[in-house]
Amino acid sequence: MSTYPITVKPFGAHAVLVEWPHKVEEAILGDVLQFCKYLEKRLDKNNWEYIPAYNSLTLIHRKEIIDYVKLKKALKDWYAENENSEPLSKFLWRLPVCYDLDLATDLEEVAHKLKKTVSEVMALHTQQVYTVYGIGFLPGFMYLGGLPMSLEVPRKSTPRLKVDKGSVGLAGKQTGIYPQESPGGWNIIGNCPIPIFNMNKEEPCFVSVGDKIQFYPISRAAYDLHKIEGEVGIYQLEKLEIDA
Amino acid sequence: MLRVLKSGFFTTVQDSGRFNLRNKGVPVSGAMDSISVSKVNMLLENPPDAAVLEVTMTGPTLEFEEDTYICLGGADISITLNNVPIHNYQIYKISHGDIVSYGKLEKGLRCYLAVKNGFKTPVILGSRSFYVPITPTNCIRDKSLIPYETHTFFEPKIEGLKIGSLLDETVLEMHKGPEHDKLTNEQMEALFMQDFTIAKENNRMAYQLNESIDTHRISMLTSATLPGTVQLTPAGKLIILMKDAQTTGGYPRIGQLSEKSISILAQKKFGDRISFKLV
Repeated sequence: MSTYPITVKPFGAHAVLVEWPHKVEEAILGDVLQFCKYLEKRLDKNNWEYIPAYNSLTLIHRKEIIDYVKLKKALKDWYAENENSEPLSKFLWRLPVCYDLDLATDLEEVAHKLKKTVSEVMALHTQQVYTVYGIGFLPGFMYLGGLPMSLEVPRKSTPRLKVDKGSVGLAGKQTGIYPQESPGGWNIIGNCPIPIFNMNKEEPCFVSVGDKIQFYPISRAAYDLHKIEGEVGIYQLEKLEIDA
Repeated sequence: MLRVLKSGFFTTVQDSGRFNLRNKGVPVSGAMDSISVSKVNMLLENPPDAAVLEVTMTGPTLEFEEDTYICLGGADISITLNNVPIHNYQIYKISHGDIVSYGKLEKGLRCYLAVKNGFKTPVILGSRSFYVPITPTNCIRDKSLIPYETHTFFEPKIEGLKIGSLLDETVLEMHKGPEHDKLTNEQMEALFMQDFTIAKENNRMAYQLNESIDTHRISMLTSATLPGTVQLTPAGKLIILMKDAQTTGGYPRIGQLSEKSISILAQKKFGDRISFKLV
């Protein structure tokens, strides 16, 4: 079932890149993840790593130099025969965000630029369900797709040297959470008290590419409580299993 | 324990890297010049992923609290053991209380110090390599204590090596990157016909180059990057990603360096000259 025309390209001696059409689409991401799951079963788990993002899947061999011509042919054949794949299990994660103005440094300015009230911005930001198209930039940083056009606001002209951990930002067509303190140019409209990446856990990042994210507003008191729960690792995440 | 008396400029613990979490945005990390590290580990008959100290530019002063054997490699720095000069790719016996100190950097940038069986800082998510926030610190500090095993007797198969060094090499072997074919002929010519110099912005994440090539408007969706990926910014600047680089990026990947070329580049510093050769 070759759903899409895929291309295979060499990416150095140890990696290959498989590309789908150059579009941000749920269906394409789903197909990338289906194929990734198929390869995980087919190839030796200990030596291969996979990085899916938007319309691409990168396969990396930890040790050996890849026989590119052979692998390219195999990938094309496997993609063509990969038809009876089972549905992927994906999750919708509901993440709390506190939009209090002392955490949401740029919220008033963003509302002003968008000609909306602060509560309208909050309502728009929380009613949407976002898709995780990729994880990168920092450990646990999610590239989220699905921001309503009415919330598109340019990134700040001067980036900040320090954006707090958990900051929820808006920039262009993107929204996301800074998983750790870092420099950054996004407009900060809130803060999520739950660590997205926790190196003390066996599975340090609960989110996977293809999952969905929805934010919900919490009070400052709930934020302070969840922050402590998150730090000691007892916060219960809200998740729903969803159909592929 | 290895006691850090003076920390120097920037010294980290590195092994072969942190794998299997790139899909969660965790960089591979690991030694920048992996070729030099494989030599020192081989001489000490260590496992290939034994952790070493990666000393950048100005080295530390270190006191060994237990007996062991050490081997140095990578950059040429004048290094002494109890005030007596010691050299790269030779094995030295260390006794309790011995002091190793680093002097002037002669050639290269990163010098490796290996002990018998490797340093034993905690393994976090599959690796000992320093990377904040996975590990609590990004480099060693004054008074840091770095654990290692006591070894009082070791009879090496090879006492030392006179090996050809990569420090004088300046040509980086580059495979075509996924977006290489989108370059214009002028851009390709500029890439392969001229020398480039290392910019001030060079560290474990990336090396930037001073010279630009033509600007471009190649658009792509965020996709995977690797250590050794050569990116081209819209302004025509070249960025070569290194071991602590982010795992995804949005700039065209015009080239991919071989592991040997990453090791060559890891020994270059601000102002040094390099060129690219397509393989």
